Amino acid sequence: MAQPILHVTGLTMDFGGIRALNNIDLDVNEGEIVALIGPNGAGKTTFFNCVTGIYQPTKGEINVYNKHKGRQISLLGMKPNQVTQQGLARTFQNIRLFSQMTVLENVMIGRHCRTKSFIIGALLRDKRTLREEEEIIQKSHQILEKIGLTRYENEFAKNLPYGAQRRLEIARALATEPVLLLLDEPAAGMNPQETIELVSLIQEIAAEGQSILLIEHDMKLVMSLSERIFVMDYGKRIAEGTPEEIRHDPAVIKAYLGEEVDA
Amino acid sequence: MITFQELKRSFFISLWFVFLTFPIMVIRVDSIEKTVQWRWMNMLYVAVGAFILSLIFRYMMRRKEGQSADDDEETSTSDQHLIHRWLTVPRYRNIIYGVMLTLALVLPLVFSTYQTSIMTTALLYVVLGLGLNIVVGLAGLLDLGYVAFYAVGAYTYALLYHFFGMSFWIVLPLGGMLAAVFGILLGIPVLRLRGDYLAIVTLGFGEIIRLILENWGEFSQGPSGVSNIPRPSFFGIDMSLDTALIYIYYLMIAFVIFTIFIVNRLQNSRLGRAWVALREDEIACQAMGIDKMKTKLAAFSLGAFWAGIAGVIFAAKTTFISPRSFTFIESAIILSIVVLGGMGSIIGVIIGAMVLILLPEYLRFLSEYRMLAFGAILVCMMVFRPQGIIASVRRTYTYNKKETADGEGA
Amino acid sequence: MDYFIELLFSGLTRGSIYALIALGYTMVYGIIGLINFAHGEIYMIGAFTAFIVATILSILGFPALAIIVLAGLAAVVWSASYGYTIEKIAYKPLRHAPRLSPLISAIGMSMFLQNYVLLAQTSDFLPFPQLISDFNFMEPVAHIVGSTDLVILVTTTVVMICLTILIKYTKIGKAMRATSQDRMMAMLVGINVNRIISVTFIIGSSLAAIGGMLIASHIGQINFYIGFIAGIKAFTAAVLGGIGSIPGAVLGSVVLGLTESFATGYVSSDYEDVFAFSLLVLILIFKPSGILGKADTQKV
Repeated sequence: MAQPILHVTGLTMDFGGIRALNNIDLDVNEGEIVALIGPNGAGKTTFFNCVTGIYQPTKGEINVYNKHKGRQISLLGMKPNQVTQQGLARTFQNIRLFSQMTVLENVMIGRHCRTKSFIIGALLRDKRTLREEEEIIQKSHQILEKIGLTRYENEFAKNLPYGAQRRLEIARALATEPVLLLLDEPAAGMNPQETIELVSLIQEIAAEGQSILLIEHDMKLVMSLSERIFVMDYGKRIAEGTPEEIRHDPAVIKAYLGEEVDA
Repeated sequence: MITFQELKRSFFISLWFVFLTFPIMVIRVDSIEKTVQWRWMNMLYVAVGAFILSLIFRYMMRRKEGQSADDDEETSTSDQHLIHRWLTVPRYRNIIYGVMLTLALVLPLVFSTYQTSIMTTALLYVVLGLGLNIVVGLAGLLDLGYVAFYAVGAYTYALLYHFFGMSFWIVLPLGGMLAAVFGILLGIPVLRLRGDYLAIVTLGFGEIIRLILENWGEFSQGPSGVSNIPRPSFFGIDMSLDTALIYIYYLMIAFVIFTIFIVNRLQNSRLGRAWVALREDEIACQAMGIDKMKTKLAAFSLGAFWAGIAGVIFAAKTTFISPRSFTFIESAIILSIVVLGGMGSIIGVIIGAMVLILLPEYLRFLSEYRMLAFGAILVCMMVFRPQGIIASVRRTYTYNKKETADGEGA
Repeated sequence: MDYFIELLFSGLTRGSIYALIALGYTMVYGIIGLINFAHGEIYMIGAFTAFIVATILSILGFPALAIIVLAGLAAVVWSASYGYTIEKIAYKPLRHAPRLSPLISAIGMSMFLQNYVLLAQTSDFLPFPQLISDFNFMEPVAHIVGSTDLVILVTTTVVMICLTILIKYTKIGKAMRATSQDRMMAMLVGINVNRIISVTFIIGSSLAAIGGMLIASHIGQINFYIGFIAGIKAFTAAVLGGIGSIPGAVLGSVVLGLTESFATGYVSSDYEDVFAFSLLVLILIFKPSGILGKADTQKV
């Protein structure tokens, strides 16, 4: 059987006395769209932060499958940039663009981890560096075309409409050539029209074989996009399955609607 | 245009400032002679000054608010002054650079050696400003101890000459490299810190270096400094003082051009982009696969390298250095240059250095108000125009459309 | 042993002065997250105001006690006014600017104020009149602990107690604590945040002014530059204790004062300032959250 590209076992994260993540096991297979849902404060973003190296988890294993080496690589102890290098790229819940850079430059930054030149290259501008630079620009441009942001290419990122900013975050993450794309509430704050466009964008990306793990609150989006849904509450897994299964899962209904009125 | 309300408000602000500045501005006491001097005229100056400035202040605030509202609506057309438009067009930019260079080259032929020497100082600050610009302007690391690296460079030359008789041209790269090494050694522990802490640590480091130079007499000759440092040689030819000063001036121009060339290349590289991204958002930057530490260290050590080189030249130019040349004030001046000119903008830094160094030299009566003005400039720039005189230009990239299509087809 | 006690007391005296200044740093930092670089200058202006007023009053032949009280009062009033005004000009317009902008503005303000005093007054050291005459009852221990030291220690303690009461039990104190925890939320529950920030600057500046007057009469001379070094040292103390924490500032100040006193007393006085700066660099590198501070985690 094919290896999962992301293989998380027993992930636990404590903040002081609070257990934000409790023994989470989660796999994502190649080409799959998995949604991570749960009420506010369930620990979804903490999960992302642990996986992408922003937090160091208290316990557990995080492995990513490296195709070239043909084996799982542990992400524990890696810095965020090394995690990205290994093929996990993410977007942020509260948009974090480089606001004083143009749209194209934002995407070009995404190419950083796939290119090499440094001080010497910058000073000498040798053939390799120039070729690399050319490649960065080309690829970034292609990605913008795909995402549909070409007309904003030379605008400052901060001047973009809200929906376009969210798309730009996705474009920037795609530029790192991720094995797995992690989207943290990509539709948050979008209007219905923008959400519809976003769904078709994500579908397009997925159609090219991109594996995606996404956090989302918009149930319609989650149900229509994902192949598998993972539900969390209070840092624990409460259910996992196809959208259809989740829809009827009593634990999920309980977590979302609550049995009795309590906070 | 100015309403009565406005005038009334300014009147009260003016009264407030009269009260505020009363003890310091009006009274001067001599506790030994037991005399008190009342300077009532100062009170009048303060009153009138505060009145006018408060009107200007509020006008500028309103204008700024209006501008930023514009900025959000349409894309920064309000920011596109004439100079900006010129700078975005490469041809015009080259013309500007050309004119500046020609003026710089003929200057010693027209003006006296004294003027040329002042100009050399200004150019030295251009180099320092461009160096600090890498650190502060591009990478967004507020370094308040920049002068420490300048001191390292200057003392490298002074002491290597003093103890080993090494010549300017050999020490020049050495001074830069030693400063860069200091930059890396300091950078490794401190660059993990948050922005404002970094500022204070670098400030502390700068002061430590100065205090060590002052107190470690056997090594650095203490507060009296090192004198008789030779000027740079030119194939061993003896030069009169005048010729030597003009020679240094031309050397300085060469260094400035060299620096601009290098900084320009750095800015337009993968590394330069990473710096700007780091300045904008560290976390997103790391999430995009940028090694934060390596990128910051590169900026910090390159900045230090330039300060070191400038230090060697400074020692060679003045032939005398002492710890007094390397106080925090010096760091603050260089920072003012970068902030006034526009963080991240090469031409801005050049203009900033010219204005801040030359103006007080030529307006002698202003020179005692120099530091006062520098302080005011830092505040006003931050409040009214944080992007500086010349905001860094938005970069556009050209790419071959055909190739893109090919790439997609393939 | 006498020498040890002498150093101990001089350390405590230093420490309590640092504490008066450090509190201003820590309170402002707690509320708006800004290193108020100009705070040292407020302290310097306090010392100058006290100097000017005290000299005039002594020429007019006022009794010593009246001079101390009036000069202190003047120092507090003017320093507080400066603190208030500086915030309005240099920091308030930058409330939403990138983090480094207010810091650069603060550095500018600090340079401006230094040179303002330099130009309006003098660049020379001014002999500060000895306001506190030696107490008779201190005679037996006068070679170890000076009367001024005693006054400084007592004054500082009283001020600290008042401040604690103010912050713990009054309405404005509660509002200050609320604002420092979450400015947005404080605003939503109806706290006038701008007013709280102003009050913080006023209180911080007043404390610095008291410190300025006390230290000036202790050391016996002032000039326009005293604020820079004192400011950095007090900042060091605030960071040492954990910036943002009020007890931390006091603790850090005492630790710094004692360290300096013993280091200069037993090791060497040449490197007095180097000790402080090195301490600052080391704490920031190894424990930026200080002794009592909380580590701040950045939200993602």
